[in-house]
Amino acid sequence: MPITRLLCAALAAASLLGLGGAAVAQEDQFVPLLVYRTGPYAPNGIPTANGWVDYLKMINARDGGINGVPLSWEECDTAYNNDRGVECYERLKRPTAAAMMPLSTGITYALIDRASADKIPLFTSGYGRTSASYGPVFPYVFTAPITYWGGADVVINYIADQEGGYDQLAGKKIVLVYHDSAYGKEPIGTLEKLAAEHGFELELIPVPHPGLEQKAAWLRIGRQIRPDWTVMWGWGVMNSTAVKEAAAVGYPMERFIGNWWAGAEPDVVPAGDAAVGYKALNFNGVGTEFQAIQDILTHVHDAGNGTGAREEVGSVLYNRGVFMMAMLVEAIRQAQAIHGEQVLTGEQIRDGWEALNLTEERLAALGLANFTKPVQITCVDHEGGGQAFIQQWDGEQWQQISDWYLPNREMLFPMYREDALAYAEEKGTEPRECEGVAAPTSTAQAAPAGG
Amino acid sequence: MIYRDAGQFKTSYASDQAILPISQDRWFMLGLLFLAFVVIPLIGSDYWLSTILVPFLVFSLAAIGLNILTGYAGLVSLGTGGFMACGAFAAYKITTAFPELNIVLVFLSSGVIAAGVGILFGLPSLRIKGFYLAVATLAAQFFLVWMFNKFPWFTNYSPSGVISAPPRAIWGDVIVTGATATPHARYLFALGMVVILALMAKNMVRANIGREWMAVRDMDIAAEIIGIPMLRTKLLAFAVSSFYCGVAGAAWAFIYTGSVEALAFDINRSFQVLFMVIIGGLGSILGCFLGAAFIVLLPIFISNVPGILGVNVAVDLVSHVEFMILGILILFFLIVEPHGLARLWQIAKEKLRLWPFPH
Repeated sequence: MPITRLLCAALAAASLLGLGGAAVAQEDQFVPLLVYRTGPYAPNGIPTANGWVDYLKMINARDGGINGVPLSWEECDTAYNNDRGVECYERLKRPTAAAMMPLSTGITYALIDRASADKIPLFTSGYGRTSASYGPVFPYVFTAPITYWGGADVVINYIADQEGGYDQLAGKKIVLVYHDSAYGKEPIGTLEKLAAEHGFELELIPVPHPGLEQKAAWLRIGRQIRPDWTVMWGWGVMNSTAVKEAAAVGYPMERFIGNWWAGAEPDVVPAGDAAVGYKALNFNGVGTEFQAIQDILTHVHDAGNGTGAREEVGSVLYNRGVFMMAMLVEAIRQAQAIHGEQVLTGEQIRDGWEALNLTEERLAALGLANFTKPVQITCVDHEGGGQAFIQQWDGEQWQQISDWYLPNREMLFPMYREDALAYAEEKGTEPRECEGVAAPTSTAQAAPAGG
Repeated sequence: MIYRDAGQFKTSYASDQAILPISQDRWFMLGLLFLAFVVIPLIGSDYWLSTILVPFLVFSLAAIGLNILTGYAGLVSLGTGGFMACGAFAAYKITTAFPELNIVLVFLSSGVIAAGVGILFGLPSLRIKGFYLAVATLAAQFFLVWMFNKFPWFTNYSPSGVISAPPRAIWGDVIVTGATATPHARYLFALGMVVILALMAKNMVRANIGREWMAVRDMDIAAEIIGIPMLRTKLLAFAVSSFYCGVAGAAWAFIYTGSVEALAFDINRSFQVLFMVIIGGLGSILGCFLGAAFIVLLPIFISNVPGILGVNVAVDLVSHVEFMILGILILFFLIVEPHGLARLWQIAKEKLRLWPFPH
């Protein structure tokens, strides 16, 4: 029975290897990685995931971990699919998980309750449920540095600047083209509120997943509605398709603005020259001139250990992945300052998240000077007062074309609170008390630093 | 040798008509139930219970729903996802409007609402059949998902269109839905529900109504001639099928993921359930479970293999290999046994009866 013998040998080898693998993970701080390297969103998922992994590799290679505690990680491919994301979460969850980063608003919604119950921080940087920024109701969710509602406000602020002031917006037509999912619907409430306030007309055009069919939508925009500005909340192949279709109906690219998930190289390169002039939001620096990125090139790529291609380093999403992971590593460092320099649980790292304070000096020390704006998380405010700017594609690379914008959080924060309290009421939970911190402090603190 | 019914005499109609006429089968089923209700909750990890077994149970329920319609009544449907969405959103609306209502009643009433919608979309089946009916039910699929996406009333005006299951207790403070429920409570609740509903389905297809469905499936004109009312039979098939799908949808949202958007019930969900029914075996309740196991468990198993073996393989490679293996296995099983896994199981039982002799 050679087959039986072969099977026995394989099983024995498997059990040995399995034991060996399990033993390593004990004295490392574990970082679970929910990635998507397959499916229609992979072009955007891959550079982000590579940025995460390269930063972790760099911290281990350059510093030997965080204060001597090495980092370990494991990936699980969600394919941007919500039920697969839940399965991956359950597979990777450990008591020592530093934070879950689903990189998908849909998966975030599915995980908010679970992660809170399991006491694992959920770090949804620039995506996810906006109202989860309200710390008293969502103690385990962190949305730093900026939310979709903040992003929507920044876009309208930029448009108002181009038109010559908010009072010029009255009677203008603005179209929102959005991925018809939890993700794409996030900015609608804010845009509707701003439309009522400033008197512009808002048209909503949903695009069904995965977004490859947009001919009808763009014919309507280009021939019928003819808006003054078009804003897009898209992701994956939807973005490049939209740029191509917009060009096909002759819509001016200078008046087409994507959000920060619709403004990376994979979104414009497939559209070729048609994409020149297309604009998008961003909240992180682009290019390789930053010290942290240089360290990755030296310690990871030069050592032949890079996760992806070397050319990818410095691209929009790669750098955003680095930024997210840098915030996560900094949160672990803060948690170590509170709970001791050892392997910590997710519950302890949560305290580090709430103590996270990325000042200009701290960002410079991390090698991220001029990379982004300061972020300070408090018990009440889990968004942290980040800022965003507008960038434009010149056919070769993304160029920053505006100053940094601070979202109008005096308007937004009460909206966060209202939605979060409605959620707490629906769930029958009591918001926790935050001692001596009045909301929204972030706006007041971050305003002087703003550009 | 062990699986032999010699000496087991049936002395009453009741014993002759039992679901499991052979005592070995009865013991096997009892053992299986013991395993499912007692052993698995004792030894299963949280990961196993909440992400492998619960979706398996939910999909089994949906597959039973579709199998009643397609496998027994012969009415091809691509609207499963839509009917599941009906159940999920109805359960959410009911439980947020009446928080005091017991979750079991919420699930049942959401099933009834889905059944009503199913009857409505089943009306075309009185005039059209085959592929044309499949297209008509496809309309139901797209319309329902669009409706839940379009009108914020269904999601209680949630800004993102996502509904999230509030914690609800089945008895006292035993919470079975939402994220605060323990994996054990969720698993046992889902299991209890699936066992009861599967038993009901099994009895339904063995009774009058099931025979009428099969008569309609095999030749509807002949069935009409022998006096089977088309209107009642076909619409009942749609109602019962949608009831099961609706409860499955509610269970998906409330027990499995805990939060759901309409997109979770898109056309791919319908196809997934249809594949389960085809691979498991049309016209077989057991086949629903086998098909659900094949489609739900196999991909998870394949993607876990490198982890179990301790080998470091890139996750994208694993995902691609998973697609390939699953595709090859589907082809393999459909070529080897076009009647599905349930038929393979039946053949295995026939062979076991003669074992160790070949004839």
